[in-house]
Amino acid sequence: MDQFTINLLFVGASFALYIGIAIWARAGSTSEFYAAGRGVHPVTNGMATAADWMSAASFISMAGLIAFTGYDNSTFLMGWTGGYVLLALLLAPYLRKFGKYTVSEFIGDRFYSPTARVVAVICLIVASTTYVIGQMTGVGVAFGRFLEVSNTAGLLIGACVVFAYAVFGGMKGVTYTQVAQYCVLIMAYTIPAVFISLQLTGNPIPALGLFGEHTASGTPLLEKLDQIVVELGFNEYTAHHGDTFNMVLFTLSLMIGTAGLPHVIMRFFTVPRVADARWSAGWTLVFIALLYLTAPAVGAMARLNISDMMWPNGTSSEPVSVEMIENDARYDWMATWQKTGLLGWEDKNGDGRIAYFNDKNPESVAKAEAAGWGSENELTNFNRDILVLANPEIANLPGWVIGLVAAGGLAAALSTAAGLLLAISSAVSHDLIKGSINPGISEKGELLSARVAMAVAIAVATYLGLNPPGFAAQTVALAFGLAAASIFPALMMGIFTKVNNKGAVAGMLAGLLVTLLYIFLHKGWFFIPDTNSFSDADPLLGTVKSTSFGAIGAMINFAVAFTVSKMTEAIPQEIEELVESVRVPRGAGAAQDH
Amino acid sequence: MADHSSQTAQDTAKNDAGYWAANVRIILISLVIWALVSFGFGILLRPMLSGIEVGGTDLGFWFAQQGSILVFLALIFFYAWRMNKLDKEFGVEE
Repeated sequence: MDQFTINLLFVGASFALYIGIAIWARAGSTSEFYAAGRGVHPVTNGMATAADWMSAASFISMAGLIAFTGYDNSTFLMGWTGGYVLLALLLAPYLRKFGKYTVSEFIGDRFYSPTARVVAVICLIVASTTYVIGQMTGVGVAFGRFLEVSNTAGLLIGACVVFAYAVFGGMKGVTYTQVAQYCVLIMAYTIPAVFISLQLTGNPIPALGLFGEHTASGTPLLEKLDQIVVELGFNEYTAHHGDTFNMVLFTLSLMIGTAGLPHVIMRFFTVPRVADARWSAGWTLVFIALLYLTAPAVGAMARLNISDMMWPNGTSSEPVSVEMIENDARYDWMATWQKTGLLGWEDKNGDGRIAYFNDKNPESVAKAEAAGWGSENELTNFNRDILVLANPEIANLPGWVIGLVAAGGLAAALSTAAGLLLAISSAVSHDLIKGSINPGISEKGELLSARVAMAVAIAVATYLGLNPPGFAAQTVALAFGLAAASIFPALMMGIFTKVNNKGAVAGMLAGLLVTLLYIFLHKGWFFIPDTNSFSDADPLLGTVKSTSFGAIGAMINFAVAFTVSKMTEAIPQEIEELVESVRVPRGAGAAQDH
Repeated sequence: MADHSSQTAQDTAKNDAGYWAANVRIILISLVIWALVSFGFGILLRPMLSGIEVGGTDLGFWFAQQGSILVFLALIFFYAWRMNKLDKEFGVEE
């Protein structure tokens, strides 16, 4: 059986499973549609939240970013897990106690202001939509690669699948579908990593293998890796090279953004009790950590494997020959990925060899010239995003492992897209339509409008995914920055302080607008190329890149909210009582509608 | 009767305030640890920990790539366990 058929089998079987579950668990009433009737166990909820949270960015992209940068990109690891501490300690139990369905409902009630609710809904829709556009782009690339169809066809197929189970299943369908997706994606991520860790270090646990001994050389793996990358003229893998202040700020933005993303927060409304909301955040992080502890090992080991492939007899010997790449079965993956345009090489000096080194480093250029390998790096293109997907092929693992990785990558992108669509649809139908425009809407009408909102959202996301603003990674960063600067501070102040309605609205608007402004100034207005006044290489404020600005936006939000609140009247008695009651689990009971 | 019930309400309010103060204290301690292992050991204090070797590199690198995540996990479970206990101590559980 050829690899294409195997991929198709794995992807097809996993899809049949998800859709089957979605049909089996079809939502009936409104409350089931949003929150699965609150009958979800913390462990199940944690697993589903983990699948919801770990998107194409975590699965496909992150290990590649770590592999080619090393220590400095630890920011992703700390940022995307550290946010769960904030979520568990500062938000989840109180929002569950509050007992409504959506984040903006809490903001609207706590700040006794329809304006606050509408502003929150706008923040949610903006953040979720930008995030889902990034996911749809990922869905298109992954489908295109594995089904060997064009990017456009891949995106359209993916959009139909997401639509099918998100629209007809609601949260309950999504919850159990996402449990299945979690299982597929975690197996797809860890199984190849275990194989590779065994090959390189003899340790079956990749996270331990990373700090273990490289069997072939008898030196620690990371020491060996540092030595090889330095010999090729690159930055030392384990050392710190970037700007420390920006690194701190970026990590903080990712953390706050994680705790402010509506599709993640919503999950904690679906557990039976306040105590379960606390446990649920922990279980979510357990399931996320399984991938996140493996990711740095995947990155480091892949970097080592790639260097070994390009220099089969060691960096002091000769580079790999073109003949070997073309004929040796171990190099077949290079031809496969070359077709996607994401991997490229060229024998520039015509010596029949492909020399891989850092040609921006004069020292390594001099070394390569002296050895006769030419003055240019001949591995001309290695897209970071192919690393995880190509990893099992690079390590020569069996065909079924490659098929499993294909299914896992798709599961990661699809599950997040579905969760985000649900957040958008409930924001529109429950908060905008039922909450402000037409409070008298019937349950049936509300459910219908939720589904229409979903269909519209996926159509918009698919359209923008077909004509992407040009950068999936930046769109995701924008979503995080916006959530960090707008939603998280409002929720936290709603629980921990007695900030009033005017303060909250002013704070959210200030955080949102300043962050948007900073991002647009660096990335172009509405992402139109060449409309930017600054670039992340030379940012407006010191070393603060636009991706790191969310943390500053959040601080602006807090500062404005406190100032405005101080200058205006105190909160009414009944809101004072609401704050007191949210802080205490007693009497949580089942959630109710308005 | 009226006096009695307002007395009870006052007690409840006092009890709830005590519960909240205890909760905030636990949160603050947890967040100090949260910041220490990530921003501290993982980034800012890494040069200070460079003498401690871990598998071919130093302790700061380990904290940045794995240690902080493990501590985050421990923190969340500690908080859940401690708070569920605190709920019972103050009689405010569901």
